[in-house]
Amino acid sequence: MKKLFLLSLMMMMPMFSQAAGPSVQLDSIEVDASDHASLQRGMKTYVNYCLGCHTSQYQRYIRAAEDLHMPPELVAEHLIFSGQKVGEQMTNAMDPKLAASWFGAAPPDLTNEVNLRGADWVYTYMRSFYVDGARPYGVNNVVYPDVGMPNVLAELQGIQSKTCGQVTKTDAHGVAVVDSLTGNPITQESCDLLTVEEGTGSMTPAQFDATVYDLTNFMAYMSKPYKTDSQRIGMWAILFTLLMTVLFYFLKKEFWRDVH
Amino acid sequence: MAVGNPNRAKAEKGIIRWIDDRFPLTQMWQDHMSKYYASKNFNVWYVFGVLSLLVLVNQILTGIWLTMSYVPTAEGAFASVEYIMRDVEMGWIIRYMHSSGASAFFVVVYLHMFRGLMYGSYQKPRELIWLFGMAIYLALMAEGFFGYLLPWGQMSYWGAQVILSLAGAIPVVGEDLVQWIRGDYLISGITLNRFFSLHVIALPIVILALVVLHILALHDVGSNNPDGIEIDQNKDENGVPVDGIAFWPYHVVKDLVAVGVFLTVFCLVIFFFPEGGGYFIEKPNYEPANSLKTPEHIAPVWYFTPYYSMLRAITFPLFGLDAKFLGVVTMGGAIAILFVMPWLDRSPVKSMRYKGWLSRAWLAIFVVSFIILGYLGTLATTEGRTQVAQLCTVLYFLYFILMPFYTRMEATKPVPARVV
Repeated sequence: MKKLFLLSLMMMMPMFSQAAGPSVQLDSIEVDASDHASLQRGMKTYVNYCLGCHTSQYQRYIRAAEDLHMPPELVAEHLIFSGQKVGEQMTNAMDPKLAASWFGAAPPDLTNEVNLRGADWVYTYMRSFYVDGARPYGVNNVVYPDVGMPNVLAELQGIQSKTCGQVTKTDAHGVAVVDSLTGNPITQESCDLLTVEEGTGSMTPAQFDATVYDLTNFMAYMSKPYKTDSQRIGMWAILFTLLMTVLFYFLKKEFWRDVH
Repeated sequence: MAVGNPNRAKAEKGIIRWIDDRFPLTQMWQDHMSKYYASKNFNVWYVFGVLSLLVLVNQILTGIWLTMSYVPTAEGAFASVEYIMRDVEMGWIIRYMHSSGASAFFVVVYLHMFRGLMYGSYQKPRELIWLFGMAIYLALMAEGFFGYLLPWGQMSYWGAQVILSLAGAIPVVGEDLVQWIRGDYLISGITLNRFFSLHVIALPIVILALVVLHILALHDVGSNNPDGIEIDQNKDENGVPVDGIAFWPYHVVKDLVAVGVFLTVFCLVIFFFPEGGGYFIEKPNYEPANSLKTPEHIAPVWYFTPYYSMLRAITFPLFGLDAKFLGVVTMGGAIAILFVMPWLDRSPVKSMRYKGWLSRAWLAIFVVSFIILGYLGTLATTEGRTQVAQLCTVLYFLYFILMPFYTRMEATKPVPARVV
């Protein structure tokens, strides 16, 4: 009976996951496709913690190796755990049907996740899991309420829970409200504070934030692997069209000299 | 032995002469380029026709290359677009040129149409040019709509679902009609296949043919100009309009400057802002089409949003017809009424420069309403927004409906005999 209840609960989960929409303020980051060290660390985190369940079925290992300035043989040795060739796409062996029954919905492909939701969303989401006994995997997420995903980075982050405390009051635009007499920010009681229990994770909060930043940075790269090429070629293309425009302008002037 | 038509212009000798004896090459060159005279006083509003042609060529060329790697099946479409973006050498440039090109097409066409409204380019004897142009606009909207389904993303799917369901609002035959268009009980691979066929074969042929007709009609009656003066009425002893200047090379080199400016802006978009802030490529389209999962907010691409706003603005049934059907009629009417433009304008003058303040005010009201409707169409509805959309829809139609009256009533300024 209990099993049946759990099963029906799981079957209802896709419905919950559709109702998700971030209502929280997202933390803003600036991704940097030129920071290869960050991207390499991000890829390491990605293949270790994400790729087991999620795929990046449109991203090839070799392309990442080239774009992130890593020798392909090192990537093959240290970053491919599935026995795949370095020229293949980053997939896994998980059966989507089984995965759907384990998590409520099959873990989505992440190649385009940053295109879809934005880097800020991914960065905030990965740091917003908290303990919730009512959920099948014991955690919930502030950014994506009732998501079916467990907190895969818990061993790094530690145990995070919702606690109560004083927070700065903000208006509808997210600007801090200040006391007009003293100029001090006005605080209010909130029970939505996320606090990590000290000593439960292998990283300090700052280290963990940096790790998630690198991970997000890699996922942002993966969403548009041509971005650096685009910006480089784009500069030359625009320089060319500008020069062309100037030439055309003088050509026009020369021809029209005898018109007016 | 005389060959070919002796009456047409021919080269003296050589290979061109050989062709001229068999094909009106020199005659055509003169008719459409070297002896096609257009007014000297063209301003910046006169570049958008040439730019439309440039974008059309861009769409056809990039389209040909995209088709080489695109897979028109429900199973393969999304992945093949990713393949183009990631694995095809320079594929991302070609795809962005095509996707941004679609938006660029509508930008230049809307500006081109506004020029026509402003300078009365639809008036006698240019009614057919206007009608062919409107037909191009209609075909272009169909082309854009069919093309948007092809990447098979969530917004492709649900956008098409929303637009197709409009036909379902037609009484009695609606549902059967929608099913006939889809070829299935829901949008499926079958729909995708036929949309692909229409997008890459049927509509490009129609558009190209219409563009030829549009230009042939234009070159027969001659271009209008910002003053709305018929330059053909002042010719010199050689039959050349004194206020005109040959298209080749004068207008061509002038247009090249515009081409340069356009390409600079276009490069800025395709290399740095290819998604156009979510307006050219909408974010949910990075997720493959899923018939079981509706996106939270469905908005068509920006060039359809003014009409989409009108559709949503009709929230009440009338004369026993339901609101959705009335919305569809309103949408259709908004486009249809543009066709009869040449017969609504009763002004003795063509250009806004010599029309009265009523014409100017109404054109401004029309443009502002159209832009507001377009903006509202990208947003989710609220009660306030719907009221604004309703007001703008009414103003949009009033611009046309009142036109026969205000264009006749108002005092116009005298049109000079010569272009200044």
